[in-house]
Amino acid sequence: MSFFLDPHGSSFYDFLAGRGPEPLPLHQAPQIGSQPAASGVPGTSALPAVPHGTTVLAIRYQDGVLMAGDRQATEGFQVAGRRIDKVFKTDEHSVIAIAGAAGPSLELARLFQIELEHYEKLEGDMLSCEGKANKLAQMVRGNLPMAFQGLVVIPLFAGYDLKRREGRIFKYDVTGGRYEETEYHATGSGGKDARDTMKQLYRRGLKEAQALRIALEALYNAAEEDVGTGGPDLVRGIYPTVKVISEKGVRDLEESKIAETCNALINERRERV
Amino acid sequence: MALPYYVSPEQMMADKAEYAKKGIAKGRSIVAMEFADGVLLVADNPSASLHKISEMYDRIAFSGAGKYNEFEMLRKAGIRHADLKGYTYSREDVTARSLANAYSQSIGSIFSVEPKPLEVELLVVEVGQGDKPNEIYRISYDGSIIDEKGVAAIGGKADALLTFLKARWTAPTISLREALRLSIEALDTVTNQKLGAEGLEVAVLDRTRTGRTFRRIGSAEIKSLVA
Repeated sequence: MSFFLDPHGSSFYDFLAGRGPEPLPLHQAPQIGSQPAASGVPGTSALPAVPHGTTVLAIRYQDGVLMAGDRQATEGFQVAGRRIDKVFKTDEHSVIAIAGAAGPSLELARLFQIELEHYEKLEGDMLSCEGKANKLAQMVRGNLPMAFQGLVVIPLFAGYDLKRREGRIFKYDVTGGRYEETEYHATGSGGKDARDTMKQLYRRGLKEAQALRIALEALYNAAEEDVGTGGPDLVRGIYPTVKVISEKGVRDLEESKIAETCNALINERRERV
Repeated sequence: MALPYYVSPEQMMADKAEYAKKGIAKGRSIVAMEFADGVLLVADNPSASLHKISEMYDRIAFSGAGKYNEFEMLRKAGIRHADLKGYTYSREDVTARSLANAYSQSIGSIFSVEPKPLEVELLVVEVGQGDKPNEIYRISYDGSIIDEKGVAAIGGKADALLTFLKARWTAPTISLREALRLSIEALDTVTNQKLGAEGLEVAVLDRTRTGRTFRRIGSAEIKSLVA
């Protein structure tokens, strides 16, 4: 927000936008053809196929929120990347996870991270959890012209609200609509499968290990049902990225713990068939 | 038509400099000092919310003395400059030298063009990464820039502080506790008063931290360090 004598205010995003559209990729879409790109599948697209990030999820547990994402980027029918990260720490008490066109999504995550730090430095105070969620909604809305071209960006935002002393999850739509979820949510091409799994397994007051198990199970099911989502890669040792947000801050879960839970899950499935 | 009075450029600059110096002399002082794990900044500041020292970027801190509205405006411009540069290129491309140069240019051109010069003095401090040395830049009201080593001071009692500190500060290997004690002793001596922890604003750029190295030291921690 700008005080009206100060043309830029405390927002880095508004400051960039005020300097002209060039440095801000999210505002203007290239005008290529009139057909939407339809999730980057070749043949149906006016834009060349671009990598898309697939499934990310957030689930509330007793200390806050656990957030996880698979590691695959998909470009049409090809795997564009096996090791990409879709879950980013944005400040000490918030995390953003991205699904959709990878380029603008990663840019949104980076810009949002700078936005929060910029505000904190200028104002000498952190934005509230609600304030962060609202600012992100405006930034998603700024991407609407690109969404019409098929470059859809759908983030999932989780923060620890230090005033309410609880973790909170926010989901968005392409128009910048912001909706709070009280239990769990998943988005991306495998989002529906992940949500179905979490719906079956979610309970209130989960422990961290239980939430981790549910998140990995949801991602595993999403990878089974959705061609865009990558499962754990046992040959290369690539497992989903998982972060937890609690009163103590944001923490990466150790890869060994994720691998162990994943392997236990796979062994159980193996016994079933 | 009446002719405007002629004033020689020398006289005009001397008048402006005197005006700016008077304004700065009314303000309180700030000390910067290298110590073993980074750079310490100590300000004589009774307000807990109106800061004189602030974070600029990952390894860079800013401090302003003189007129609050003027150095606050410069602080915000600096943060925008740093964040824009870091966003356009990379976080490691943001340097104190580039910031200090930008400040020097702007303050210098305001001093020569505007009728009223800025009544401010600034410190731009960067803590080195790995075994790189720290950098301390002092920028004056006329845009002149000094590359300080070891210790620096700005504000009303800057000269007295610098004389005191240059005689007492030994090497950048002193501990945080020693550096803080020496800084407080210097401020106490030149202002002829006993500054308590509540009257101080203290922050460090901590070489041992990764990412954002700026950290404020609250009054409780000051007390335990000085005790």
